[in-house]
Amino acid sequence: MGKAKGTPPRRVEVRVELKPGVMDAEALSTEKALGLLGVKDLDGVHIARVYELTFTGIDAEAAMDRARECVERLLANPVIHQVSLRALEH
Amino acid sequence: MPKAGKKVAILSIEGTNCDAELNSCFQQLGADPEVVDLKQLTGEVDDPSLRRRLADYDVLMFPGGFSAGDYVRAGAIMAARIRSALGKELFEFVEDPAHLVGGICNGFQVLVELGLLPGRPGNRLSAPQACLTTNDSARFECRPTFVSWEGGNFRPFSATPKGSVYFFPSAHGEGKLVLSGTEGTSLKDLEAAGQILFRWVDPDGEPAGYPWNPNGSEGNVAGITNPEGNVFGLMPHPERAFSLTARDRVLGRPTRHPVLTGREFLAALL
Repeated sequence: MGKAKGTPPRRVEVRVELKPGVMDAEALSTEKALGLLGVKDLDGVHIARVYELTFTGIDAEAAMDRARECVERLLANPVIHQVSLRALEH
Repeated sequence: MPKAGKKVAILSIEGTNCDAELNSCFQQLGADPEVVDLKQLTGEVDDPSLRRRLADYDVLMFPGGFSAGDYVRAGAIMAARIRSALGKELFEFVEDPAHLVGGICNGFQVLVELGLLPGRPGNRLSAPQACLTTNDSARFECRPTFVSWEGGNFRPFSATPKGSVYFFPSAHGEGKLVLSGTEGTSLKDLEAAGQILFRWVDPDGEPAGYPWNPNGSEGNVAGITNPEGNVFGLMPHPERAFSLTARDRVLGRPTRHPVLTGREFLAALL
């Protein structure tokens, strides 16, 4: 694993969302607003933030490691967030 | 009386916007403040005369605003940059008990993201143990608010009577303190360790929920300290209530106890 010259760009999707039990005030407000707009049959809103990270010059495994590094250093706060990573087709 | 000429660094990056007010307050109090860009401390400046060193200051303040646009999470980008480029110097600065580090609003969010608040003994820059997240109202709450000093471990307040009430306005969308609850960071743990700095109260100093507590923080917590009492953060803005005129215009009626202002709070830091 590691540096891989001539390899295609590697894309990783990072999905950051609130852990179960953490109040999502934004989602509740959105759900309320949609109800006020007359949307029927709505039974909940869940909000997540998705980052698509593109890495070059490294293989797929290294790209996932880099993505985890991004999560730890900036993209999520472990107190309130849960994170899932997924390699995207290049 | 404040120690004349005490050197205060007010740290800014793109998006901080309460630095000038804070600088003016400290000037009026007789200190020697300076707004310092993060790049001046990390050495990323072309002109050597602009270079600054953290160790040359007595107090480091993180002002309010929307650092780096508050993208990703409030305060997260500024914290990540500091951790990466200034972590060692900041750790050494905080380790000296004579130094004081404070964060107001966005600055509080930065200190929480840095792991310095509520912090663990030793002040290591660790993973966050808390988060200041979206207000329960899901709105930006901007209005006069009041806080009460809890009689904790905050060193500058060692002589301040417990229960003193301060008028500090609020202006934030992400101020709800959520604690991890692990390794001494539950609300009960912070209370037992004297790490509750301020709680939201009504103008008479009585505990009060929304709207006096603008964000829904558990226990009406408005500010906290680290275990050593030399790092602190609070959501409301003492620098926006520096004059008695501002306070009296808002109160407009007698209160049960005298209500103090940002002047008394910021003077205590010196």
